[in-house]
Amino acid sequence: MCLSQHFWQFLIPGITLGCLYALIAIGYTLVYGVLQLINFAHSEVFMTGGFAGLFLVQALVTTGVTPHGTESVLYVVLGICCGAIFGGIVAFLLERVAYRPLRRRNAPRLIYLITAIGASLFLFNLAGKLFGRDKVNVPELYTNGVVFTVFGAQVRVQQIIIVCTALGMMLMLDAVVNRTKLGAGIRAVAQDSQTASLMGVNINRVISQTFVIGGLLGGAAGFLFGTYLNVHYQMGFLPGIKAFAAAVLGGIGNIRGAMIGGLLLGIVESLSQSCMSSQWIDVVAFVVLILVLMFRPTGILGQRLGRAA
Amino acid sequence: MSQVGGLPVRVKRSRKVDPRLVRLFGWLVLGALLRLMTVTTEGTATDHTLVLDAAFKSTALIWWLLGAVAVWALTELWRARKVGSLVSDRTAGARKQWRTVSDRKLTRQLAVLALVLAALIIPNLMSEFYQRVLVDQVAVFVLLAVGLNVVVGWSGLLDLGYIAFFAIGAYTTAYFTGSLPVTPGFRLNPFVILPIAVIVCLIAGLLLGAPTLRLRGDYLAIVTLGFHEIVQLFLVNKNNWTGGNQGVSKPIPHFSINIFGIHYQWTLDSMPYWYLFMGMLAIVVFLFARLEHSKVGRSWTAIREDEVAAAASGVPTVKYKLMAFSIGASTSGLAGVLYGSRLGYINPASFPVVLSITVLSYVIFGGMGAIIGVIAGAALLTFLPAVFQEQNLVRQEDIPMWIGAILVVMMLFRPQGLIPSRRRRRELRLAQQGIADADAMSEAPEGRQ
Repeated sequence: MCLSQHFWQFLIPGITLGCLYALIAIGYTLVYGVLQLINFAHSEVFMTGGFAGLFLVQALVTTGVTPHGTESVLYVVLGICCGAIFGGIVAFLLERVAYRPLRRRNAPRLIYLITAIGASLFLFNLAGKLFGRDKVNVPELYTNGVVFTVFGAQVRVQQIIIVCTALGMMLMLDAVVNRTKLGAGIRAVAQDSQTASLMGVNINRVISQTFVIGGLLGGAAGFLFGTYLNVHYQMGFLPGIKAFAAAVLGGIGNIRGAMIGGLLLGIVESLSQSCMSSQWIDVVAFVVLILVLMFRPTGILGQRLGRAA
Repeated sequence: MSQVGGLPVRVKRSRKVDPRLVRLFGWLVLGALLRLMTVTTEGTATDHTLVLDAAFKSTALIWWLLGAVAVWALTELWRARKVGSLVSDRTAGARKQWRTVSDRKLTRQLAVLALVLAALIIPNLMSEFYQRVLVDQVAVFVLLAVGLNVVVGWSGLLDLGYIAFFAIGAYTTAYFTGSLPVTPGFRLNPFVILPIAVIVCLIAGLLLGAPTLRLRGDYLAIVTLGFHEIVQLFLVNKNNWTGGNQGVSKPIPHFSINIFGIHYQWTLDSMPYWYLFMGMLAIVVFLFARLEHSKVGRSWTAIREDEVAAAASGVPTVKYKLMAFSIGASTSGLAGVLYGSRLGYINPASFPVVLSITVLSYVIFGGMGAIIGVIAGAALLTFLPAVFQEQNLVRQEDIPMWIGAILVVMMLFRPQGLIPSRRRRRELRLAQQGIADADAMSEAPEGRQ
């Protein structure tokens, strides 16, 4: 059996990738929860985060020297923050410029989707024009050594950083959505936006905040993904589709579902690498999406559009 | 703080900025953005500020900003004088007259006749370069747009993998003409392949649509996007079947007629292909125009306007949505046969994902739901970039960016398109009042079958 031989070698990268998918999937699921809209441009929020973090890190790190110790920690944290902030800004602007005018005139969903795909096309091609269309590697921020081994599989510093950051952000998000007033607002709008507005919830503000939260997570994921592979103007496209598949897998509109779905999809994708040639890996997410739609369209945890938790 | 009934109440003084200033700011940002978009410098991976410098550290920026201020001043003047309502009052009579004239059947028939004559005569007067543009770009994409109009315009679904079926059509042609590494052992004339490709794409459309359309209509958008990616992967990676990135191994033969003693062979010459394309387009448009007002077309309208009501009145909504999706797919396959045979050479790079969105933008720009609008939109948006490129005004790499911008701007300011279908415009207006849906994106009301 192809799985048994390298199970652990493929599981560790799978978890890493899965955490990144989960971070992006949360952005889709949050927006879907409050607006019932597939935000195609979310993959460009991810791409912006990658570029923003890359530029900051390039400006900070002297070429050819790999920083270490506190310097490394500082650069990684700054890169993540920079990616997150720019991701949030782009998501905010998207909502303001593209979606809010549509919402104001109660446009059909088809119009939203076309706007979203148009904004996505515009943004990634603008990035390609501004920053070139070649793949750029993020300079090394730390020596990517092996920390420990699990059943013969090596766990590297990079994987630990990605998994810990992602898990931390997800825990924080969970707390924000379930415990704070802001989260209560998001849940209220997701349940019934009209009633929420009668209860004094400022819907426009809540939707803006939802986009910004999704953008923060997506932007941070963009930078982490950049350090994992590379930064490229079309880097958002495939992770975007896969993260959406993950969101559907977990149950769209369900934040915990998106986390679990992302993690699961990353693991499945990585494990299937041991059974088939790596050229066909991108097929896996799509097959998962179709299978979920056929057999359990509400996802693992079920759609909880009413309760965005 | 002020006092209300003895209690200190903090009065929030709202500081409203003059809306005119806000609009000025908007125009200035737009001017700067346009300056950035029209710069012909191309960025590199090493120098990130190259394009930004080229755009903003030049005197041209000032002209763009001055232009933005001028436009702002004009629009403010227009607003202050209420020119808009004045103009619409003055022209009300003329517009009403125009509507009655344009609604007459005779006028419509004359207009179509004039268009057909123009399409047959004008290309003869053009240079060789533009004749090639007309066939390879305009004709192909008009046909594609007319097909996508069935999916987006009439049934209200979003298909982002439309070009995947185009690729399937083209590769089917390559297969049956023996141009791929794997051959069927016989060679067919492209004319015979036309119905085969249509059926292949119909089946592919059914297989893809069936699991998706039972659920929410908006899932179709992302599933088709993924499907396109899979088709690409297949074409690139299955070297021994498709020839991989190098494309077909032998050139695909041209169309030829060889029956009843008539022999005709299409060649690299553009004009014969132009007539062939126009013939196909005429057939497709005729069929679709019949379809629009048939039982099927009316069912699509019903689904678009109110899916629940349609289902309650006995319209099998999933069936009709699936039908629209596969009709669109087969039209795309038909165009693929023509395209593959015309060019003789295809590879996976001929069918990028962006192309699906490009065709979508033609449909949107022209006016979804109206065949004439869609044809005009596709013709305009394929011909103009060719002209701009020949004049070196726009880089080819930047065209997708403009397409994206056109999509957003159209959706924000004129979702019904340049030449809208009256029904579609009315639906969009009703949707604003919360009466109709104007799309087929909600959950299938029959439930899961």
